[in-house]
Amino acid sequence: MSKPRKDYEELKSVRFRRFIQGEREISTEVSMEEFQRQMDKEHEEDERLTYNYLNRPNVEMDPQADAKRFAEITGMKRFHKVYVFMAFVLCICIIGLLIYNVAYMPNYGSADAPTNNEVSEKYLEDGQADTGVVNMVTGMILQYRAFDTFGETHVLFIATCAVMILLFLKGKDEENAPHDPELDPEPDMILQTVARFLVPLVMIFGIYILLNGHLSPGGGFSGGAVMGAGLILYNAAFGFTKTGRFFNEKVYDILKVGSLALYAMIITYCLFTGANDIASIVPLGKVGAILSSGLILPINILVGVEVACTMYAFYALFRKGGF
Amino acid sequence: MDFIKNLAFFSILLPMVSGPVSSVLHGKTARRLSFTAVGLSGIFSGILLWYTLYTGEPFVYKMGRFAAPYGNEIRVGCLEALVALAFCLIMFLSLLGGLKFLKRDIQEEKQNLYFIMINLLLASLLALVYTNDLFTGYVFVEINTISACGLIMARGWGRNILAATKYMIMSLLGSGLVLISLSILYGITGHLLMSNLHESIVKIMEEGTYVEPLTVAVGLFAVGIAIKSALFPFHAWLPDAYGYSTCSSSAILSGLVSKGYIFLLIKFFYRVVGTDIIRATGVDDVLFAFGIAGMIFGSISAIQQTDISRMIAFSSVAQIGYIYMGFGLGVEMGMIASVFHILAHASGKSMLFVSANGLSEVSDGSRNYRDLRGSAYRHKWAGAGFLIGSLSMVGIPLLAGFTSKVYFAEAAMNAVPVKMIITLIALAISTILNAMYFIRMCITVFTPMNEQYKVEGFKGGLTYNLSMACFIVITFVLGMLSDPIFNWISQGLSQFS
Repeated sequence: MSKPRKDYEELKSVRFRRFIQGEREISTEVSMEEFQRQMDKEHEEDERLTYNYLNRPNVEMDPQADAKRFAEITGMKRFHKVYVFMAFVLCICIIGLLIYNVAYMPNYGSADAPTNNEVSEKYLEDGQADTGVVNMVTGMILQYRAFDTFGETHVLFIATCAVMILLFLKGKDEENAPHDPELDPEPDMILQTVARFLVPLVMIFGIYILLNGHLSPGGGFSGGAVMGAGLILYNAAFGFTKTGRFFNEKVYDILKVGSLALYAMIITYCLFTGANDIASIVPLGKVGAILSSGLILPINILVGVEVACTMYAFYALFRKGGF
Repeated sequence: MDFIKNLAFFSILLPMVSGPVSSVLHGKTARRLSFTAVGLSGIFSGILLWYTLYTGEPFVYKMGRFAAPYGNEIRVGCLEALVALAFCLIMFLSLLGGLKFLKRDIQEEKQNLYFIMINLLLASLLALVYTNDLFTGYVFVEINTISACGLIMARGWGRNILAATKYMIMSLLGSGLVLISLSILYGITGHLLMSNLHESIVKIMEEGTYVEPLTVAVGLFAVGIAIKSALFPFHAWLPDAYGYSTCSSSAILSGLVSKGYIFLLIKFFYRVVGTDIIRATGVDDVLFAFGIAGMIFGSISAIQQTDISRMIAFSSVAQIGYIYMGFGLGVEMGMIASVFHILAHASGKSMLFVSANGLSEVSDGSRNYRDLRGSAYRHKWAGAGFLIGSLSMVGIPLLAGFTSKVYFAEAAMNAVPVKMIITLIALAISTILNAMYFIRMCITVFTPMNEQYKVEGFKGGLTYNLSMACFIVITFVLGMLSDPIFNWISQGLSQFS
């Protein structure tokens, strides 16, 4: 026999179909009173958002306007169905277009592909002599295309700043913020013991990747990410109070601004001397040694510090809204 | 090499350095630093404009020891310098005009964060203008997107966060399409530098290999930029983003952010693909159709608004439509008219947003047009600015908007007959629609008010009045002394290819 309607409606397949069709999980036959109540609530919400700081008196409700809005919302539902369908069709079309496009692209990795031209040849042949690095990727991003990387580091910086605008609790907000006991959790034996072992290892590994960026795969971005992960692990195990003893807002500011300012100075020096054909006074050193490749090593360290700060700042801001 | 050539690099670097430094300063110091950086970058751009006009030819500046195509480089011509100068100037005036609202709208502890966004936004705009390398362009498109998001949500209302989310989603979609397009282009040419790309693309067209990927790449790039600059069907994020953010943010977002992307698209058309190939792919026809649709529908949406900021925001959709319509005409003159309209619209729209905020300030903070009645008498400078800006947007002679409309009409005369007729009709309809909402709003704000609305002891503030006066002067200058600017633009565009 057929199932009761309620059971039928809770089937996954039905709910999936309704999701695809863009229907909401509310009954479509809303009584006018119920609708009115909903609208009142939304009105209040709107007033609060828009006019809160203006301290305007509440606007008188107009029953006619609500009836109009009722019609609007039922219309919206129909529109929404068409909308979801069209979005689906559009996605299929774009996927088809891109697959069609791939068929005409040069074969990946083939020797006569246009990407194997004089540019990559120059990077591979003269790279070591030009920049003094063994790992050519680092040489390319930090010397040949130094300006792009400088911009990319600022992308990370500005991303943290944007999150700060949104989530940073400062001044009045900070005092009003509810105290969350989760921020300084009860000591968790397993986590703390593991962290005591792991954090030093992770940090040392991060520093290794950072310092060896010009010799082996790695560099500022990856090393910084590993170090940031180490900081986050420490914080998760020991809480904000303990982390704050060595990594608080002041330290964060100094590290972040210091590294970016030094990076900017180095980049200015590199680009200015390069563009004006002034000989650089920084020696490239012996290829393969740890202290070699001129300014790439300091840049790698600065980028690493910036990336580690960014990683930790994201975690701290989303978790607590501060350091 | 002349030392002056370094100034382009410095004008990008200066705001880029002062951004991070602002993050440890107090709001007030950060503000001063920011004003200094914007002002100095503007002065540098002005000197570069003089220099490029004096020498009569553009120059490339290699960023680092290694010449392109191995390293990065930027290119400075008179068009780039002119646009950079205009951007710096308008950003300075928008900040100056919105200073009072900034102090009110944004938490004091977070004001230095706001100025980080301003600094890096300027750096990214200048880099987009000067870059000669598509990938550098993409990096700065990212900075531009994030800082624009920061500007939208700086006010911290629920609606701002909603608007910023909308903007983020749409804008990242645009960035994604641009990035896919760049990877396809790199795959079929092996270059990222604009001049090398152009050589390879000409070769591709001659040999007939990889024509399909090239078409797809050009299409994706154009659509990506169109989404980011709110061309008509992709404008859903725009009214909220412009309408609810703080005064300076609205002015800067509407005036500059979308224009930076459009300028990158112009460079892509001229310096990367070449206008002949663009016309052969038919991308310009599509942009023409969307531009015309934007001109009409943007204005129709603007008529329906009761909120003054949202009205001005929807008018932006129409004006962006004009710019794309100029691209699509397929003649040199159309492009010149578009570039001129970029300048005219950037200054006009920023002025309108600043003045609208002034008007609503003296009307109890409301932005509904019923409450704005008579507000021009309460805040005379804002009223004057709004009147001049509106008339310019409608296209009254002597003002910037009129000149660009004349250029568009002239360009239409040179285009193919079908496009000519459509353009002229659309210009006429759009002008009438513009007049319908702008003149309505002007009449409302200039209708004498009753006594209870009077604001006791109100003063506009020196900075606000100063910025308004400068905006009015710029509108008149663009309207009446347009000939030299027209010549610089056409000289710059001819040096592009």
